[in-house]
Order: sequence, then C-alpha cells, then structure tokens
Amino acid sequence: MALTNETIRQKLIEKFGEEVTGWEEPYGMLTFTSDKNLNLKVLQFLYDEPSLDFRFLTDLCAVHYPDNTGKELAVVYHLHNLKENIRIRYKVFADISNPDVFSAYALFSAANWMERETYDFYGVNFIGHPNLKRILNVEEMEYFPLRKEYPLEDQKRIDKDDEMFGRE
Amino acid sequence: MSEHVTLPEGYVEKQTTTINLGPTHPATHGVFQNIVELDGETIVSAEQTVGYIHRAFEKIAEHRTPYQITTLTDRLNYCSAPLNNFGWHIACEKFLGIKTPKRVDYLRVIIMELARISDHLICNSIVGVDSGAFSGFLYVMQYRELIYEIYEEICGSRLTTNMGRIGGFERNFTPQAFQKLEKFIKEWPVVLKEFDELFNRNRIFMDRTIGVGPISAERALNYGFTGPNLRAAGVDYDVRIHSPYSSYEDFDFTIPVGSTGDCYDRFLVRDQEMWQSLEIIKQAYQKVQEFKGAEAEVYHADVPDYYLPDKKDVYTKMEALIYHFKIIMGETKMPVGEMYSSIEAANGELGFYLISDGGRSPYRLHFRRPCFIYYQAYSELTKGGLLSDAIITMSSLNLIAGELDA
Repeated sequence: MALTNETIRQKLIEKFGEEVTGWEEPYGMLTFTSDKNLNLKVLQFLYDEPSLDFRFLTDLCAVHYPDNTGKELAVVYHLHNLKENIRIRYKVFADISNPDVFSAYALFSAANWMERETYDFYGVNFIGHPNLKRILNVEEMEYFPLRKEYPLEDQKRIDKDDEMFGRE
Repeated sequence: MSEHVTLPEGYVEKQTTTINLGPTHPATHGVFQNIVELDGETIVSAEQTVGYIHRAFEKIAEHRTPYQITTLTDRLNYCSAPLNNFGWHIACEKFLGIKTPKRVDYLRVIIMELARISDHLICNSIVGVDSGAFSGFLYVMQYRELIYEIYEEICGSRLTTNMGRIGGFERNFTPQAFQKLEKFIKEWPVVLKEFDELFNRNRIFMDRTIGVGPISAERALNYGFTGPNLRAAGVDYDVRIHSPYSSYEDFDFTIPVGSTGDCYDRFLVRDQEMWQSLEIIKQAYQKVQEFKGAEAEVYHADVPDYYLPDKKDVYTKMEALIYHFKIIMGETKMPVGEMYSSIEAANGELGFYLISDGGRSPYRLHFRRPCFIYYQAYSELTKGGLLSDAIITMSSLNLIAGELDA
C-alpha cells in the first residue's frame, strides 16, 4: 500500500492525538507541527514505525518570525522516506529568549552540522548536541546574523568609510 | 597520550603528531582545513574546519529578487553552475505554478547533463591527480573546454553562467551551439573511453583506491549522503528518477550503483554516470530536432510577469519595457507560501527551501547543499587510514568549497 499524506496523518494522530497540529499541505508536502519538547518523540516515531520509515533527514534549518511572540524561532525538519518516496516537513517553534530544542543527532548523524549551522545563524540551542559551536561564521561573533533584526545593509553605519561608493 | 607516567629509561613514549592539512594546501582543492592527528602515517582523528569562504548567501537572498538570486546560485557549485541556475529556476517555476514547454525542458536537460559531465570530469580526473596520474587531468580539460564553449554560445559566459530565465532561456540556441554540441557528442565518447582505459583497470590506481574511505549504505543514509557518493554505497536514490523534473521521465537511462562506497566505487559510479549523461544528451538532442515549425522556435514559457523580456523588445515595445522595469526593480511580487524543491545536482540533491510572505524577495531561502551535509562524514571515512588516503578520499567526495560554505 502506497503511503499517502492522509495515512501519515492518521498514524501520527493515532500516536500523539492532539499534540500534533497545524496540518497543511503546501505544494503537496505534508506539513505539521508540535510542541518543541516532543520533537525527538515524533522524529523517533517517524523513524521507527515500520509503516512510516522516515529515515532520511534531507534538511534541517530554522526560520525567524519576529512577530510570532513566544514562538519566534521555527526549526524545520525535512524528512524523506526513500522506499515510498514521500517527503514530509515537521516544524517546532521555540521562544527566542529560551531557544532550547532537543538535538536530533542521536537519530541522524547528518544533523550534526545542520544543527551547528542552525545554531550559528539563529542561536537555536540544541540540547544534547556533542559539539555545538559555530561552523560557518567566526567563533568570536556575538550575534546570530540570520535573525530578522539584523538588516543586510544598514544605511546608518558609521564604522565603514564608503565615500567612494556613493554613500555619505 | 599518557600524562605524568614515569617511563623506564630508554623507552620512547608513543607520540602522535597533529598537523594542519589546509586551508591553502594544494591537495585540498579548495579552502578546507583539517586538523589531523597522526600516529606515524595513520590518522587517529581528523577535525574539519569549514567556512573560509562563507558569503552569507542565505541572508543576501532575503533581500534580492529571484533573478538576482540566480547569480548567487552560480557561486555555489561553480564546477556545474548551470545545474544550480536551472535548479533555482525550476524551484521558482514550481512555486509560481509555471509550466514550461517540452522544448525548454529538453534544452535544459542537454545543458544540465553537459554540466554534470564537466563536474564529474573534474572530480574524477582530480582523483587521478591525487593518486599520481596527472596526464588524464590535463587531457580531459580540453574537452571540458568544449562544454564551456557550448555554454558561451548559449549565455555568453563560461564559469558563473547565470544561464536561463524563469520559464526558459534568454534566447534560442544558435545553430553554432548545436554544431558545437554535435562536435562534443562525436568527440567526447572517444576521449572518455581513453580515460576509462587509463584508470578503470589500472593496477596502480586500483590499489590506491579500492577499500579507501569506504562507507556502508546505512551510514551513508544516516549521514545524509546524496548523489554519486550515496549511489557508490549501493543506494539507488536519484532525484531525476524519484521526483522527475524538467521532463526527465521522457528519457531512458540507468542509475549506476556501487557496493562498497569506497573511492574506487565513487570513481566508477561517476564514470558510468558520464556515459549515461551522454546517452541522455543524445536522446534530448534527438527530441529537440523532432520539433517542427513554430514549436521548433520555442525557448521560453509565455509568462510575461516573470520572464525577463528580450532586450530589443524592451527598446521598441511599451509592454516589454513595463515588464522589464517591473522585474528589474522588483515590483513583481511573489505569492505567499512555502515550498521545497530539489534537483539532482552533480554532487547530490540540491534543495531550495523557499518561504515567501508575498514580498519582492524570499522571506527565507535555505539551500540544501549536498557537500555541506556529506563532508561531516569525512573524519569517520579517514579514521584509521593513511594520510595519503585522506587526500584521495577528499577529492573523491567531490567537495566544492563554494557550495559547502555558501
């Protein structure tokens, strides 16, 4: 029996009930969310349950929604069942003042650097990660550059002499 | 290392040496630093440092319109830039619901497979260089030149191509482009065969690569391997087959797989993929030639809102000028939504995770860069091996610093 979005949804509701919410299907990809403390339980269930078998972590990244008070940071997992060739997207939201999310490293070795990258750019603190330090940016950096409060170009910068490039 | 242990006189303590491999070492082919702990010549542990050419593409993309992002994708995997360009355009088309004409799909397939060949060619010949065979590398570079000439004929540039538009190409392929393609189809198999004969059953090459840097299918999947590196471990996952884009379902080709996931298998998988790519190019060229009349002139979808109009129309037609202005100035808004789209790039699954809030540029754009994800397995691959094997393992993984660091 081919695995469909509806079967996955049923299985998850059967297991977690009301804990998994936010069901959507943008561009055909099943998307859902849950409390951030449940993330490992959900990922483990998706991994272990023989009929679901989501064992390939395609992508892990974060998104910053500054207006979403209390849930500013979203951590997005893209999972792939290679046998049935179906992908799902799973999100957990964290408070920006307390961005603790459990690390998926024990389940997916691939999560190691992906989580480091996410930490580097958004400051998501992955609990249980073996080596959570910056990966692409310099270690001395004191902020998380992909958060929305840092504009790409600040016209009021005074530390840069840009006279020759048309700026005052 | 033991600490504060009193050793008998005359006893030399077993020591390990820590060395820096890179970031500007010629053998690393890109800015990769490895801090390697050696016991004699055997690697005890290796730690990778990346990010030397990080350029914050994801941040920049949040301020740019789709066409300005195409130039960023050029600089990801610069050995096969058209693949990234089309990957992004295909992502945009999926996001905007644009259906491209068949001829555009086939033309894209031709270019994408040429790009795959040029990428695999570099990787495989570099594996040769690192095992001591320089001649293969120099020899095949002449034929990569043929591919670059085809790019040049189509878009005017060679390395960072910025090729294509949302919905198709900026102009139709010229007869010269097809002539150069025919020349390539005719001359390339002869050279590839020679290249095969030079390496595939070469005793020295086999001894240097068999059993070097192996990975099991299970570990490879757990590490998020994709592309030839995953297929060398024996998993037949290919985005072209699993979720076809750009009419790949119309072509007849096979996916070569290996079994041990070592350097030799990775080399052979890439080698066979080049042959398969050639078959796809032939089929695609055949299909392109079958279009007759007006269909044979189609090179883009009819989507004036997103397709950048022809320059001569911009100068002479009011409507084209308006669309040109709107697209260039970023007045064309993207719809609200989120989407993940991926293509089979030369070294794995290149994904674009796009979130739009309806503005002129993406709210968030995340690139799934295949070599960023599989490079983390490097310390596991090299542990217990020889230092010289670590070099060859690195080149056989096909790491591109530009893509890795984004």
